[in-house]
Amino acid sequence: MLHIVNKSAAERSSLESCLRMATKGSAVLLIEDAVYAATTGNAAAAKIQAAAADLKIYALGPDLAARGMAARVLDGVNVVDYGGFVDLVAEHSNCQSWL
Amino acid sequence: MSDMDDMDDGSGIIKKFMFLNRKAPHGTVYALEGLEVVLITAAFDQDVSLVFTDDGVFQLMKGIDSKGIEVKDFSKTYRALEGYDIEKLYVDQASMDARGLTEDDLIVDVTVLSVDEMANLMAEQDVVISF
Amino acid sequence: MPMVNIAGKEVEVDEEGYLVDLSQWNEDIAKYMAVEEKVDLTESHWEVVNFLREYYAEYQIAPAVRVLTKAIGKKLGPEKGNNKYLYELFPYGPAKQACKIAGLPKPTGCI
Repeated sequence: MLHIVNKSAAERSSLESCLRMATKGSAVLLIEDAVYAATTGNAAAAKIQAAAADLKIYALGPDLAARGMAARVLDGVNVVDYGGFVDLVAEHSNCQSWL
Repeated sequence: MSDMDDMDDGSGIIKKFMFLNRKAPHGTVYALEGLEVVLITAAFDQDVSLVFTDDGVFQLMKGIDSKGIEVKDFSKTYRALEGYDIEKLYVDQASMDARGLTEDDLIVDVTVLSVDEMANLMAEQDVVISF
Repeated sequence: MPMVNIAGKEVEVDEEGYLVDLSQWNEDIAKYMAVEEKVDLTESHWEVVNFLREYYAEYQIAPAVRVLTKAIGKKLGPEKGNNKYLYELFPYGPAKQACKIAGLPKPTGCI
């Protein structure tokens, strides 16, 4: 399954809920304000790094760049562009957006 | 640009206004709207403090490249504030720490305040407007 | 939004005649906008128009009149950095007219 999160972990509980529900081997794509969680020094970074052991974590490149965060991405997080976003949706049989 | 030049209601009263920015720049429209309100109210010659806390500190990040998401890079506009005589910019130390940021990561010069200093600054305002 | 033909090119303008896509701007468009505003473009007008474009490129906004006046005074000297000078060049307001000629969007807070 592909999980998509778009809200900042400092503002909403959606990332936390997502990580709680995502089963081993699932993919989690961070977009919009959710990408901050995948950057060094962020309070949510430890959660992302721990989750990366069981989940594949992706972050949308254009959203990182638009926030000045392109050079601060955590190790173990895969940066994808819009084409990669489409591929992820196509590769997975189902998808959950944590609004 | 505004042709409403130096609006003044004639009372000559100067109040302390705080604009409190708590949202990240692009995920919602709050940051951009807040900045526009600040630019417009600059014409009223009030005592304005611009405060960035929580995800709001992200508004001031250096190195923003928003071409990929096809929105205007308004982070450059914070650098115009000095020309509008808005020179009191504050960020919250705890918010910076929780995001791994230092002053060097920011596009404008700011004063970093402790929680107590920030709390006192807020308490002494006549008006706080939150975005 | 309305399209106008300027020197053989179709460009989109908003309901008040401001250029929609400022990357399309060129001198022909400036001249067209100036005719619309009944401004006879001289070197002094171009100086202000180019200043506005540089200001926009740096800060992503069109400045308030008092900010423009101050900034022009700093760069081009006090004899140009005053309201009288700017309103002589753009009688209906530097905000309304110079920005339009410079291809900038409708100014923030301009009623």
